[in-house]
Amino acid sequence: MAHPANQRKKPDCGRWESGGREWALPGKRVWPLHLVTPVWNRGTRGTRGLSRAVAPEGSQKKGRSLLQFLADRFYDVQALREYLLRKQVLKVHQKNRPFTYIRERFGPHAAGAYFILKQGGAVKFQGKEWIRSDARGHFSLDFLKFQAVPVEAVDASGCAINYQGLDSVLALKELQSLWLQRCPHVDDWCLGRLHPLANSLQELSLAGCPRISERGLASLHHLQNLRRLDISDLPAVSNPGLTRILVEEMLPSCQVLGADWAQGLPSGPEEQSRDTASPLPA
Amino acid sequence: MLRRALQPGLSRGVLGRGLGTHRGRSTLDQNGKVSEIKKKIQSVLPRGAWNPLRDTSYLPPEHSDVVIVGGGVIGLSVAYWLKRLEKPQGAIRVLVVERDHTYSQASTALSVGGIRQQFSVPENIQLSLFSVEFLRNINEYLAVVDDPPLDIQFNPSGYLLLASEKGAAVMESNVKVQRQEGAKVCLMSPEQLRNKFPWINTEGVALASYGMEHEGWFDPWCLLQGLRRKVQSMGVLFCHGEVTRFVSSSSHTETTSGEEVTLRRIHEVHAQEEMYLSRCPVCGPGPPSPPPLVPAGEDGPQPGVPACGMCPRDQCGRGLVWPDRRAGWCREGAPWHPAGHPAPCGAEEKGPGLETPFVIDASGAYFRREGLGNNYLGGCSPTEEEEPDPGNLEVDHDFFQDKVWPPLAQRVPAFETLKVRSAWAGYYDYNTFDQNGVVGPHPLVVNMYFATGFSGHGLQQAPAVGRAVAEMVLDGHFRTINLSPFLFNRFYLGEKVQEHNII
Repeated sequence: MAHPANQRKKPDCGRWESGGREWALPGKRVWPLHLVTPVWNRGTRGTRGLSRAVAPEGSQKKGRSLLQFLADRFYDVQALREYLLRKQVLKVHQKNRPFTYIRERFGPHAAGAYFILKQGGAVKFQGKEWIRSDARGHFSLDFLKFQAVPVEAVDASGCAINYQGLDSVLALKELQSLWLQRCPHVDDWCLGRLHPLANSLQELSLAGCPRISERGLASLHHLQNLRRLDISDLPAVSNPGLTRILVEEMLPSCQVLGADWAQGLPSGPEEQSRDTASPLPA
Repeated sequence: MLRRALQPGLSRGVLGRGLGTHRGRSTLDQNGKVSEIKKKIQSVLPRGAWNPLRDTSYLPPEHSDVVIVGGGVIGLSVAYWLKRLEKPQGAIRVLVVERDHTYSQASTALSVGGIRQQFSVPENIQLSLFSVEFLRNINEYLAVVDDPPLDIQFNPSGYLLLASEKGAAVMESNVKVQRQEGAKVCLMSPEQLRNKFPWINTEGVALASYGMEHEGWFDPWCLLQGLRRKVQSMGVLFCHGEVTRFVSSSSHTETTSGEEVTLRRIHEVHAQEEMYLSRCPVCGPGPPSPPPLVPAGEDGPQPGVPACGMCPRDQCGRGLVWPDRRAGWCREGAPWHPAGHPAPCGAEEKGPGLETPFVIDASGAYFRREGLGNNYLGGCSPTEEEEPDPGNLEVDHDFFQDKVWPPLAQRVPAFETLKVRSAWAGYYDYNTFDQNGVVGPHPLVVNMYFATGFSGHGLQQAPAVGRAVAEMVLDGHFRTINLSPFLFNRFYLGEKVQEHNII
């Protein structure tokens, strides 16, 4: 969209183009004002706060004076944006804080369950039904009475759980099933942390996590009791078919769901006949 | 009305930052006035090439609070932490002098990129743990608004150190120290090794230590560029040149025992800028300086010296911090056939798979997985006797045939049929005294600080060392990690802080 001021005069100083719309102020530097959240935050509740694009309001002259005002205070706008970015990061940290009081009072299983429920997930204690928080984030605290009952399954799909928050999950020593579908902050570092659950974990789902790559999947070899692993729809994995073959070799007694082994291969009769010898899961 | 209300308060920004955004109109006026003055001067003076009011904004500044010699990962890390820990913001001016902005021979770019906590000295373990935390949260530390997030491609696959009968006891005590400091390391017997990694041949292995968490390898170039981008956004200035000499003043004092000591203070750092032949911009415009008298060799800035590492010849003995030791011959293994297919040469063994850690053999040869296509990266550091000429980074393929391949093939039988795809060589900033870094102030030069000599583990300790040096410069003592065992004084006192686990 060409701003009328663009046609008037070319700025003689250096232009800075990094996407977004630009307004050429006569004789001045060009500041694109394209306030967007960083890529990895798009998975959570949409872009917020930073994604308003500054548009000229009212008449041209009024719009230009607002832009002039902001352009003159470039470093302040920059500081404000850095501040907003930091606030978003701190928000995720706050969500992943440890609940030490509950842990000391009610035990690690209750603390882990509380953590998951607070994030918006669901837990299943051994012998009980699934406990979920409702649409408003409320949940009953009855589970605090189950002192020694271990947590069997955790459904943390879509939750903002990150490396710090995994502390609470790793304390659940008898966890059998862990679902981390579409978690935007679960990355390779988190997968490297899952080895304490090796004795009990039988089912792991990582479908749709945007930050997991094949490098993190390589650290899953500790989980030798794993029987079901879901690695479908991982956008950061460079070669899904080959990754699946290598993961199947790494975990021979595990059923790996997700990427079709032919995915990513060039189609052609020679290639396909060569690759029919992929090992079957035991 | 809004504009009128804000007009008087325009000198400082809304949030009080003094970084002086200029008012558009005033610059134009200034430019106009300057050109007028120039015309007047030129009309008065006789014709000549003298242009006293030329624009020197593209040159590095003449005065700077901190000059960092070397813009590799350690130098940039020091610059980052200086800018981050300074109070108030914008208080000090930092200048980084780097002689090769392409980093073609820099240790950082040629590094294998591993990070581990399996050291024998507790300070090294702490440095490594801090750096791991930095790398994990790299997008919080090095975030620049509007730039894409960094992906350092960390592989959390861990390190596997193998020990023979001789080294088993040392390995056990090392693991004890590592566990005390908080590293997650476990010991494995040969049988456990065979169960976990069937491709390994455990002949001659008495004990193995395996790092479960916080160990692996990453992309050092990405870290370097991320640091560079961030420090530029924080206002650190760069000089493309090579430091040739220092100009310092000296004063004499007496120690408590009555000995006379000469203390020095550096006042000027002369650098030879690469772009302009024989000019010394740091000391101001003037006649061209004589060519540097620094012979290529042991003294003076050498490739691979990360930062602040120049020992003036007068002060210390030669050869203590030897900047240009050569090591780390890396080779790549051949693409192995995908499992289940007969290999061209008929061998049916499987190569190490996705779970392969960074394996370091007892003989000193190491290898790690690279990517998904059955490629491996392996290498070995030559011993001191085999050390080739430091000025030459040419690859010696015989070294691979004689010293790297045999131990690797013996350890992993599948490697007997590997082929070399490419090779390169890089520098270790090797400390011949005790193979540990030198961090902290120079005892006799009052305003000089070291951050050098890391002997192959500089990259993995860079974020933590940068913080330590910044704390030392700004506060005068170490705050987060106490690196007093790594001070320069240990060379005078003869106290070795020997690091056993270097590769």
